[in-house]
Amino acid sequence: MLISVASTLVFFGVLAFLVTRAPGWDRFKAYFFDWTLYRESFPEIAEAFLINVRIFLVAEAIILVTALGLAVLRSLTGPVFFPVRALAVVYADFFRGVPTILVILMLGVGMPALQLEGVPDSEIFWATVSLVLVYTAYVSEVYRAGIESVHPSQDAAARSLGLTRLQALRYVVLPQAVRRVIPPLLNDFIGLQKDTALVSVLGVVEVLNQAGINEAADFNGTHYLVAATLFVALTIPLARFTDWLVARDRRRRQAGGVAT
Amino acid sequence: MRAVLFGLVLTAVALALAATATGTPEAQSQAGSCARANLELIEDGRLTLGTDNPAFPPWWGGGETRRPWKISNPYSGQGYESAVAYAVARQLGFSKGQVAWRHVPFAQSYRPGDKDFDFYVAQVSYTPARDRVVDFSNAYYFVNQALVGREGTGIANARTRAALRPYRLGAQLGTTSYQYIVDHIRPSERPLAYRSNDLAVQALKNGQIDGIVVDLPTAFFVTAVQVEDGVIVGQFPNRGGRERFGMVFEQGNPLRRCVNRALNRLWANGTIKRIQTRWLSQAAGAPVIG
Repeated sequence: MLISVASTLVFFGVLAFLVTRAPGWDRFKAYFFDWTLYRESFPEIAEAFLINVRIFLVAEAIILVTALGLAVLRSLTGPVFFPVRALAVVYADFFRGVPTILVILMLGVGMPALQLEGVPDSEIFWATVSLVLVYTAYVSEVYRAGIESVHPSQDAAARSLGLTRLQALRYVVLPQAVRRVIPPLLNDFIGLQKDTALVSVLGVVEVLNQAGINEAADFNGTHYLVAATLFVALTIPLARFTDWLVARDRRRRQAGGVAT
Repeated sequence: MRAVLFGLVLTAVALALAATATGTPEAQSQAGSCARANLELIEDGRLTLGTDNPAFPPWWGGGETRRPWKISNPYSGQGYESAVAYAVARQLGFSKGQVAWRHVPFAQSYRPGDKDFDFYVAQVSYTPARDRVVDFSNAYYFVNQALVGREGTGIANARTRAALRPYRLGAQLGTTSYQYIVDHIRPSERPLAYRSNDLAVQALKNGQIDGIVVDLPTAFFVTAVQVEDGVIVGQFPNRGGRERFGMVFEQGNPLRRCVNRALNRLWANGTIKRIQTRWLSQAAGAPVIG
């Protein structure tokens, strides 16, 4: 205990000393840590952050469903389903491979440019669609890993009890699979939360653009610190929640007794 | 507004007369700390200037003739900002070949860290808040904001700022144009802020926004080249003092004093006026939105 306290103090003491001794420290401090500006711009940037939160909540709900669907399609067996499997693979490869910002730009600028009747013009709409497309690809791989981690004997046992293939998937395989992948799933969602900032390329004045506008107005970067605070304030509770879920799951599985 | 400008020119003329009276020869061999040999420069023996890419008319000219510059070429000496920059360089004693241009995105012009330019010239407006972080030269242009819409749309008939409020407007992120929308038009729907002017123009073409606010000379470029059915709805009068473009310096850069001296002389001897007539004359007449 004493040693860890001492080593922590020394470590951060040295770090703080080195950083504050940097020749540009005063300029850095003035640029990023102007607390008056911080307080002034917090309400404005927090309001813009609500746009990110809305995009994130809507996208997340849709992704949970679409990604599971894609994962199930990809784990279908039998030669009849080859085209479906192939399509699912192509989809996942494509949308995991293309940078999210490019997808957002292409859809957000491209779709309204088509000027089709009935196709929405809203930047937020297309940005949300882009995030759903990209993250469905990521999350479906997470689901698939979960599905494949369930031992085949589980499926075989279910089928031998007379369950159909779909029933076995629904009642035996998926419940085990989903429970296993909750931590990586939430990990992806933290990524999604942060990627809502990419919507800024379409001109929507969400948190990043609002911070950028304020930066250019004052030539001061403290506004980015406000944005960072808001993101962290959202992701830390989610991370702790994930830890708690995992711990609870472990307790439950070991409730029968631990070999000692 | 004119009166202010006229007054400024008069003062500058007086200064220049005083300077000639004491026998300083024009343009070359300024004595003292502004002598070429005594200037503190990023690179010895030449003036290193920064601007954003693409450089576009009427601020820049000469076409796409030198990599990596797009649309226009800052080295050409053509276009308003290029011409003014080279005029200033000549006043400081640099030949055309002794001026080098670097591509510096707008945000990099003011963020902390070593600047790799002596000064930056890219339609940057002076504001007191900005002036606390960098140093601005005296004005080399007094600017009005303007609104670009598309022919035949409702916004094209707007004559007052109040009439603009129901429309969806956009501008480039971090510009005084964007700030003008927020502060003076106050539309009912939140305006959009684009990373570049081109993205804003694209959104206008797509019909995602009804109008974009840019400075008046840029509005002429947008309507002439970028948007086929684009129309300048009008220019806005300035509220509370004229908005002006200045060259951006690292805070405390002593070169600024010399550039200011050069600019004063260029205002006084009519050079800037001539450059304006040459490159921005068409950008003068646009109806005023009250």
